[in-house]
Amino acid sequence: MGDLFGHDWSSFPRLYAGHLGLSLSAIVVGLLISLPLGVLAARSAALARFALGSASIVQTIPGLALLALMVPLLGGRIGFWPAFVALTLYSVLPLLRNTIVGLRGVDPDVREAALAVGMTERQRLFQVDLPLAAPVIIAGLRTAAVWTVGAATLATPVGAESLGGLIFQGLQTRNWASVIAGCLGSAVLALGLDQLIALFEIGYQRQARRYVLAGLLGLAVLCLPVAGLFQGTPTSAAAAGTAGLPLAGRTVVLGAKTFTEQYVLADAMRRVLERAGARVEIKQDLGSNVAFDALLHNDVDLYVDYTGTVWTTIMHRDDVVPRDRMLGEIGTWLAANGGATEVAALGFENAYAFATSRATASRLGLRSIADLAGKSATLASDPEFLGRPDWVRTRDAYGLGSLQTRQMDSTFMYDAVATGSVDVITAYTTDGRIDAFDLILLTDEKSALPPYDAFVLASPKASKDAVLIAIIRDLASGIDNATMRHANAMVDLERRPVAEAGAWLFEHIKPPPT
Amino acid sequence: MLLEVSGLAKRFGDTPVVQDVSFALQAGETLALIGPSGCGKTTTLKMVNRLIEPDAGSIRLGGQGANEVPAAQWRRHIGYVIQSAGLFPHRSVFDNVAITPRLLGWDATRISVSVADLLDMVGLQPAQFAERMPRQLSGGQKQRVGLARALVGEPRLVLMDEPFAALDPVTKDVLIEDIRELRSRLGFAIVLVTHDFAEAVRLADRIAILDAGRIIQMDTPEKLIAAPATPEVAALLAAPRRSAELISALFKGATHG
Ligand SMILES: Nc1ncnc2c1ncn2[C@@H]1O[C@H](COP(=O)(O)OP(=O)(O)OP(=O)(O)O)[C@@H](O)[C@H]1O
Ligand SMILES: [Mg+2]
Repeated sequence: MGDLFGHDWSSFPRLYAGHLGLSLSAIVVGLLISLPLGVLAARSAALARFALGSASIVQTIPGLALLALMVPLLGGRIGFWPAFVALTLYSVLPLLRNTIVGLRGVDPDVREAALAVGMTERQRLFQVDLPLAAPVIIAGLRTAAVWTVGAATLATPVGAESLGGLIFQGLQTRNWASVIAGCLGSAVLALGLDQLIALFEIGYQRQARRYVLAGLLGLAVLCLPVAGLFQGTPTSAAAAGTAGLPLAGRTVVLGAKTFTEQYVLADAMRRVLERAGARVEIKQDLGSNVAFDALLHNDVDLYVDYTGTVWTTIMHRDDVVPRDRMLGEIGTWLAANGGATEVAALGFENAYAFATSRATASRLGLRSIADLAGKSATLASDPEFLGRPDWVRTRDAYGLGSLQTRQMDSTFMYDAVATGSVDVITAYTTDGRIDAFDLILLTDEKSALPPYDAFVLASPKASKDAVLIAIIRDLASGIDNATMRHANAMVDLERRPVAEAGAWLFEHIKPPPT
Repeated sequence: MLLEVSGLAKRFGDTPVVQDVSFALQAGETLALIGPSGCGKTTTLKMVNRLIEPDAGSIRLGGQGANEVPAAQWRRHIGYVIQSAGLFPHRSVFDNVAITPRLLGWDATRISVSVADLLDMVGLQPAQFAERMPRQLSGGQKQRVGLARALVGEPRLVLMDEPFAALDPVTKDVLIEDIRELRSRLGFAIVLVTHDFAEAVRLADRIAILDAGRIIQMDTPEKLIAAPATPEVAALLAAPRRSAELISALFKGATHG
C-alpha cells in the first residue's frame, strides 16, 4: 500500500488477518460453549445463576486486564492463545445470557404441546425450543461479534496480532493515520460481521437463498484485505541467498515493549540478525511483564530491557546499588530464576529524569529535584513510574509530598510540560523531545532514581545458541545516548517510519573493538 | 374397555392434588370432568397422557399399560387439545397438523391427504388455510387447527382441557356441534375438562364431579341432576339449574305471547 501519510502499511494485511482469525475463532468457540451451557441452564435456575454470575464477573474485568491475566494463567504463554482464551470468555456472556433468555421466553403451552403431539425432549429442543429462541440468540451473537472484534484490538500487549498493533504503535509514535487505520479497520470488521449475521438470519427465516449468497459475498469482501498477505512479502525475498551465513535457516523472535525506542531497537536488531542470515519475527507492543514472561517461556528469544526496570518490577528490589554492580546482580538473579541471561549492555541509558520547561524552571526556581520540595507544583508521569518504589523513594528522599501527581500517557507528557499545563514530568532520558522542546533535566544529587541501562536479554533456549549470542555480544556499547536519542527523534519528531529510524540506527551502531 | 384409570394419585410437595381417582371409558364414549378451580382436573388429564407422571395408580389404553412404551410414543396415540391451542408459531397450519403423522412415520402422500381431510373436517378450507402461519388466524380458527392436529393421528382417545374457554358463545356453540359430528364419524372417545355444566351436558355421556382431588360423584347427567350425592354436587348444579329455569321460562313466555 505504499507509504501513505509516511507510514509503512505492509503490516496491515497480516494484522487484519490476525484480528479476523482471532475474533472469529473466539466467537465460534464462545458459541459452542454457550449454546449447550445455555440449554442446560435454561432448565436449571441454580446452574443459570452460577453460569450467568461467572460470565458477568468476567465481563466486569476490563478487557485489557483480562487479556493480560491470561498470560500468567496459561503459564506465561503469549501470542494467539491467551488472547483467544480471554476473548472467548468475553464472548460467552452475551451468548449465554441470550440463549437462556431466549429459551426461557418460549411459550410454556407451546413447549407442552410439543410433548403432547409426541415429540421427544430432544426433538422438542431442536424443532421448537431452539428455532423459537433463535432471534434472541442471534441478537446475542451479534453483540458478541461486535464486542469481541472491539476487544481484539487490546490483544496486542499479550503478543497476538491484531489491528491493535496499528493503534498501540500509532499512539506511541504519534502516527494518527496509523491509529485511525486501526480503529477504522476494527470498526468495519465489527459492523461487517454484525450485518453478515443479520443477513444469514433473514436468509434462514425467509428460506431465501439470495440473502445467504449476499452474506457469503460479504464474508468474502471482509476477508479481502487478507489477500494482501500472499503478495510475496519482502522478508521472503530477503531469505534468498542466506546460505553460508552463520544464522542461515534459523528463525529468531524479537520482543518489543510499547514505546518508540523499543520499536526502533527491535527493527535495528532485526537488521543485524538478518544480515547474519536469520529469519526474524518481531512481537511488538508487549506489556512490560508480558515481555519478560514470554522470554522465560522461550516465546521470545531476545528483547531489550533496562536495569532499573528489571531491578524494581521483576526482582522487586527497593534499594539502589551503583550502576556497575546492578547489571552483575541482575545476571546472577536471572541465572537463578528461570535461566534467562543478560547478554550485552547496549551503552545507552533510558532513565527517568524530572524534566521541566525553561519558563517553569525560572518561575519556580528549579535546578535540582530538591528545589521541588514543599512546592505545590504538578508532576505528570506514566502510570508505571507512579506505581514503582522509585517514586516512593524519590518522594521521601526529597520531600515531594506537596506535589500533585497526574498519570498521563508518555505521548502527551512532553507537550504538556512544554506548554506549561503541567510543571514537571518524568521524561525518558533518550527521548528526542527533551532536546526538541528545550527541556531542562533536574539533577538528582541523592541518586534516588536508579540507573536504567539498556541491555539485551536472551531466553533460556536462545542463551544456549553460541552463534546467536556471539552476534548479540558484538552490540555491547554500540549505541550511545546521543545516537539513541537521534533515532527516537526521527520517529517522534520527524514522523519518519520506524523502519527508517531502525535502518539509521543499524548504520550507526559502533562496531566492536577488534 | 378402551381406557382404564385406577387409583391415580399425585402430590406436589406435601400437598395431595389428586387422590385415588379411577374411571373407565368405552370406545367412543365421552366423560366430562367438572369441579372447582384447583381441584385437580388438569393434573388428572395430564397424567393420562403422561405429561405428568403419577405417584400411584395405573393407566391402560386398549389393554396396554402406560409404562410399557416410551412416553413420546404413548402420546402419539392420544389427542390433546388445550385452551390456548398451543400451535407452533414458526410452523404453517399444514406443518402444525402434520407433526404427529411425521413422528408416526407416515409416508408423504398419506400425510398430505390426511391433513387436508382433517382441515376440511374442522371447517378450514385447505386451499385457503394450509399455508397460513398461526399468527394469521383468529382465536376460533386456531382452536380448530389445534383440534385437527389432535385428531390427525387417528387417536382412539382425545383429551380436552377447557377447549372452549377462550371462545365467544357463538363460535363455541358451532365448535361443540362440529366436535359431536366428528366424534360420530371418527369414533374417538373424549375426556373433557370444563367448568361449564351446559358444555358438559352437550358432549358428555357421563360426568365426574371432582373436589379436592377426589371424584365425589360420577354418573349420567340425568342421574346427577336427579340425585346429587353430596351438598357440594348440589351446589355445583344450583347455578346452571337457575339459569336453565330462567331461560326456559323466557322462551315459554315468548312462544305464548
Ligand atoms: N407443577 C405444579 N407444582 C405445584 N403445584 C401444582 C403444579 N401444578 C398444579 N399444582 C397445584 O395442583 C392443584 C391442582 O391443579 P390443576 O391444574 O390440576 O387444577 P384444575 O382443577 O385444572 O384447576 P383450573 O380449573 O383452575 O384449571 C392446584 O392447587 C395447583 O396449584
Ligand atoms: Mg386446569
